[in-house]
Amino acid sequence: MLELVTISALNGLLYGMLLFLMASGLTLIFSMMGVLNFAHASFYMLGAFFGFQISQLLGFWPAFVIAPVLVGGIGALIERYGLRHVHRHGPVAELLFTFGLAFVVEEVVQMIWGKGPADYRVPPSLDFSAFTVFSTNYPAYKMFELLTAIAIFAVLLAVLTRTRVGLIIQASLTHPNMVAMLGHNVPRVFMLAFGVGTGLAAVAGVIAGPALVTQSNMAASLGPILFVVVVVGGLGSLTGAFVASLLIGFVQTFAVAVNLSVADVLGGIGVAPPTAGALFDLWDVTVAQIAPIIPYLLLVLILIFRPVGLMGTREH
Amino acid sequence: MIDVAGDVANAPARGFVSAAGAGIAMRIAAPWIALAIAFAFLPMIFTSGSALTMLSLMGIMIVFACSYNMLLGETGMLSFGHAVYYGLGGFLAVHAMNTVIRDALPVPLFLIPLVGGFSGLLFGIIFGSVSTRRAGTAFAMISLGLGELVASSSLILRGFFGGEEGVSSNRTKLLRVFGLNFGPQIEVYYLIAAWCLLCMVAMYALRCTPFGRMCNAVRENPERAQFVGYNPRTVRFIAFSLAGLFAGVAGALAAVNFELVNSAAVGLGQSGLVLLAAYIGGIGNFIGPVIGAVLVTWLEVMLSDVTEVWQLYFGLLFIGMVMFAPTGIGGLVMMHEPLWQARAYGSMLRLALAYLVALAPALVLLAGLIMVIEMSYHLSVKGYEGAAMLLFYVPLDATSAVPWAVAAVLLAGGFWSFRLTWPIVGAAWHKAFTQAHAAGQVT
Repeated sequence: MLELVTISALNGLLYGMLLFLMASGLTLIFSMMGVLNFAHASFYMLGAFFGFQISQLLGFWPAFVIAPVLVGGIGALIERYGLRHVHRHGPVAELLFTFGLAFVVEEVVQMIWGKGPADYRVPPSLDFSAFTVFSTNYPAYKMFELLTAIAIFAVLLAVLTRTRVGLIIQASLTHPNMVAMLGHNVPRVFMLAFGVGTGLAAVAGVIAGPALVTQSNMAASLGPILFVVVVVGGLGSLTGAFVASLLIGFVQTFAVAVNLSVADVLGGIGVAPPTAGALFDLWDVTVAQIAPIIPYLLLVLILIFRPVGLMGTREH
Repeated sequence: MIDVAGDVANAPARGFVSAAGAGIAMRIAAPWIALAIAFAFLPMIFTSGSALTMLSLMGIMIVFACSYNMLLGETGMLSFGHAVYYGLGGFLAVHAMNTVIRDALPVPLFLIPLVGGFSGLLFGIIFGSVSTRRAGTAFAMISLGLGELVASSSLILRGFFGGEEGVSSNRTKLLRVFGLNFGPQIEVYYLIAAWCLLCMVAMYALRCTPFGRMCNAVRENPERAQFVGYNPRTVRFIAFSLAGLFAGVAGALAAVNFELVNSAAVGLGQSGLVLLAAYIGGIGNFIGPVIGAVLVTWLEVMLSDVTEVWQLYFGLLFIGMVMFAPTGIGGLVMMHEPLWQARAYGSMLRLALAYLVALAPALVLLAGLIMVIEMSYHLSVKGYEGAAMLLFYVPLDATSAVPWAVAAVLLAGGFWSFRLTWPIVGAAWHKAFTQAHAAGQVT
């Protein structure tokens, strides 16, 4: 039991940090430009596929650096020549633009790499077990993922709070006109933030690709969870996104490990569950089976009881 | 007294009031009667089986897209989960059909869409009470979350959703009225057409009520709507529930048409499709989503026969519309309405010529784009078939440099000459409107 809890805690932390790596960029972009980037998970997918392709040619470590830079560059170009153009049509058009983008990216990825999973493997230099918890070997690659995510989080925090660039970004969030008056090129700051945000998502893709499945549906399956994270955390709140990422990471990882159903609980207290009716299998569904929908249930509960999100302050 | 004076001043209304009323009623009803006649005669023009199937699909999609437009176009609510109500309407309809068959209840098939409508309304009320508390981006995210919630649940609750294979039924086994068993597709088409017309009239009528106007007010400025004394949340909630009702009818029609509903009906793909259809057609006016539904259904069927990456073209078309024509096809057509009203046929002809001039480079650009997409697709996914391929009935070798060079030239040349010809269109447009304006025909 303790073993299960330890391993699940580590995995939950890892999943949560990966979520935050993406949610941080999404939140930053949202609070700056008011655009909820529907295609954010698509950049994560692009990161994974670029990482796969480059690691085939040059090896994992060059891919680890080049893929996020490439994806970030693509992101910046899309902001410059696409999103900025759509901005004058209003926020709904912007959201729809990124929606269309997500659609197109998925199709392009399918067109180039096919629908099946890509053979993106853990590099041999990291393919060993880091340590043993009770009887389970914990792979070194997962530790690498975790450390990378934490390191990037630390760097991001330092840049945002301790450097001049970070100050300008923070000021652009709240007072874009004032920042522009002071002689800073606010559209360029936006473009850079968009590039960095999408680059961060690509980092998550490069390091998560070998551990999870690198496939053309990975964006569609992760994207909605990402939105749950930012809405539950509170739209535009970086701290909220951090808390919500870890929360969802832990909840989902622990839920997968619990193989208990309502019927089991009812059986434990001596009540026989119904065996017929349209929804009879509701009783037999285990917690592990509903793990994928827990984030959405959480979303609905948060919206009922705290519509601005955990750390949100403004009504959007 | 003032009323009488108004009547006298209003020259055409003079004479018998009842006759004038009938005239107005006639003018309102005329387009719908024309549409009903069109619906009735379409299967006689397009007689093939596949055309009939496509017409049925179009009818379903029109109802679905118009119901979506009640949200996005009328009330300004961007939903990424509208298929929830479509799919649940379909599931409950198919279960209702099976119940009717099992218990031999005296219910004819043409009433089944009512079941779908009621379930759509019910779920619209349930989910709407949660999601319409917020507007804008937050609403969009919530609709996405709810959509995912239902889509994921559909794979877990196998008893109700039928798991991977879905729930099937047999539409011919219900109570027969007037000797209709709805076995042949033509009978199903007329069922769909009748419901489609009914729903369109209902949605159009709703649009013209004070409630419809309040929806527009909430879309434009919720604060001012609140000052007038209407709670924007309530307006959004009612609009959302009613949109659920019509989506449920569409879902039930799909259930009747396919005799099968599976979990894809509630999925994000279906929600995305209706969003694409409504937006490409144009969300600003009533006719837009109808155009979009017809076009998208047609493209879906035709393009998927021609190319395997048809969804990519779909997505690019959508992005192009968002970037360059946010009013959609309907909006583009309606832009010309003042000229039509002014009977400025000469200007319209010159404008059409200018469009033709710009169309040529646009087609060249498109040809280059299609070449690049099809050749990349051929090389990456169908590499095992060899480099030889057929494009526009022209055999070419996707690995040699020549076709790529041709594609690059077409792309660059098309783009460059389009940039050159576009000002011609702009000038023609400007001239047409200035002339019409000078003649006092356009205000």
